[in-house]
Amino acid sequence: MAGTLVFLEHRGNELQKGALGVLTKAAQLGGADAVVIGEGAKALASEAGKFGAAKVWVCEDEQVRQPLPQPRVDVLAQVVADGGYDTVLFANSVLAADVAAGLAARLDAGLNWDLADVEARGGELVGKRPALQDSVYADVGWTSTPRLALFRAGSFDAAAAGGGEPEVVEVSPSFEAHSTQARLTGQEGEQSTGPSIEDADIVVAGGRGLGSPENFSLAEELAKALGGAVGATRAVVDAGWYPYSAQIGQTGKTVSPKLYVALGISGAIQHKVGMQSSNVIVSINKDANAPIFEFSDLGVVGDVHEIVPKLTELLRARRG
Amino acid sequence: MKIAVCVKHVPEGAAKLDPGSKRLDRSGEGALNKFDANAVEEALRLKGDSDTEVVVVSMGPEKAADSLRKALAMGADRAVLVSDPGAAGSDLVATSRVLAAALEQESPDLVLFGQQASDADGAVLWAAVAERLKRPVVSQAAELAVDGRSLKAKRQTEFGYDTIESPLPAVVAVSDAINEPRYPSLKGIMGAKKKPQDVRSLGDLGLGADDAGEAGSRTSVLALGQPPARGDARKIEDDGNAAQAIVDFLAEKRLV
Repeated sequence: MAGTLVFLEHRGNELQKGALGVLTKAAQLGGADAVVIGEGAKALASEAGKFGAAKVWVCEDEQVRQPLPQPRVDVLAQVVADGGYDTVLFANSVLAADVAAGLAARLDAGLNWDLADVEARGGELVGKRPALQDSVYADVGWTSTPRLALFRAGSFDAAAAGGGEPEVVEVSPSFEAHSTQARLTGQEGEQSTGPSIEDADIVVAGGRGLGSPENFSLAEELAKALGGAVGATRAVVDAGWYPYSAQIGQTGKTVSPKLYVALGISGAIQHKVGMQSSNVIVSINKDANAPIFEFSDLGVVGDVHEIVPKLTELLRARRG
Repeated sequence: MKIAVCVKHVPEGAAKLDPGSKRLDRSGEGALNKFDANAVEEALRLKGDSDTEVVVVSMGPEKAADSLRKALAMGADRAVLVSDPGAAGSDLVATSRVLAAALEQESPDLVLFGQQASDADGAVLWAAVAERLKRPVVSQAAELAVDGRSLKAKRQTEFGYDTIESPLPAVVAVSDAINEPRYPSLKGIMGAKKKPQDVRSLGDLGLGADDAGEAGSRTSVLALGQPPARGDARKIEDDGNAAQAIVDFLAEKRLV
């Protein structure tokens, strides 16, 4: 896989873990470079090197200070041209999806999205794309270069590869007129500070079975004891129990953490598609026939209100 | 003002793949993608009582006319269906090329998309279309205000809400949290039949055989397989010791 570029998204002074996972995978497949765009990009270059990037392109232009996709398409188009890359990989996010699709149109390049894995097969790249509520895994390919791929959250573990200091190259692209017209003029509410649920190793999610918005504290306390993030089903987000940014499922986030704990969640297909690729799924539900048990590694038929406080206590005791 | 809404006709019920072509089997009954109903509703809300024209645009088989008729019954003014055997099997780049060509003929002030298609989960088409039209794009809009020359959108992200402002013309993908789509009235359903419904071929859009379908695509489906199997699942009833059982399980999996 000669000439692979990975788009590394960052927030503040941290590179997104999902993107580092993609970089880790790309480095294993035969080497990769990375691009970091936005305020603080230069300072993150050596961090990218640790995860296997041999060269890191950085852009801190005034036009990319805001988290908007179109100026990033300009930067990537320039980097792909300057570096001669034939493969560009992205980890899914609201921003990265728009960047990837914009770049596909700009370069007239094939974009396979929602991939769960990728492998090199006889010199060709083959992507694995779950389809039809993940009941089918399609092998997908590209018929031209550059090849663009957008991976599901949590597809790969990020692992430092022991790489040295990367070569750092600054990019100063020319921005297209249409790329810089949309402007961010404000941010409000719910600006969460911790890792997003897509980046968390452990997610504790709550559904209707919690009984009331106040009972979400059960999920929050358990998440704290496990060192994880809190997610929610669409039903409870619609009911106003929890913010949309935590919604997991077809119309929310797709997550695949190492551990997913489902509290009072029935496991409707709309929720299932957002979490079924989690490594280990533990669910607690009082309805023994809840569909969630069909795809749980450990299913517990019982009352969340009794079990969860005890579980949280036990975990806290273990941590000391 | 002119608003174009891009909509998709999706298979109803349990979708299946055609093992031969490895494409989605579109031979059965279909319906308007439910996420696109939010985009149609938003266009109608922005139109209100004004003389704004709402045009619904789709690419798909002839049967997609059913979905366009539903949008007309909701209140859209006109429909354009790009239907051409040469467009079947188009991937993202090919579809964005065809839709952009259809939209260029309409030159709308605002193009709206729904947040995703219920048949293929990809939620990326609008950014590709916006790039081809060379227009600003805003996705995941949970609120939208338009004043004829510019727009202001509240966008849902992983971290909260961003307010984005942009001049028109522009492309916006709305989230399904933006509104509750109306049901077509009987009068609307009757009236829809009389509204203009154009069918255009690739040639009508100035596109050739290489621009769409498999020839215009840059990706391909190589094979269909089974998802990776889950390991042995365990199910227990709480006898008062479930919390401990969960801790033991997590310890065994080295998760705590």
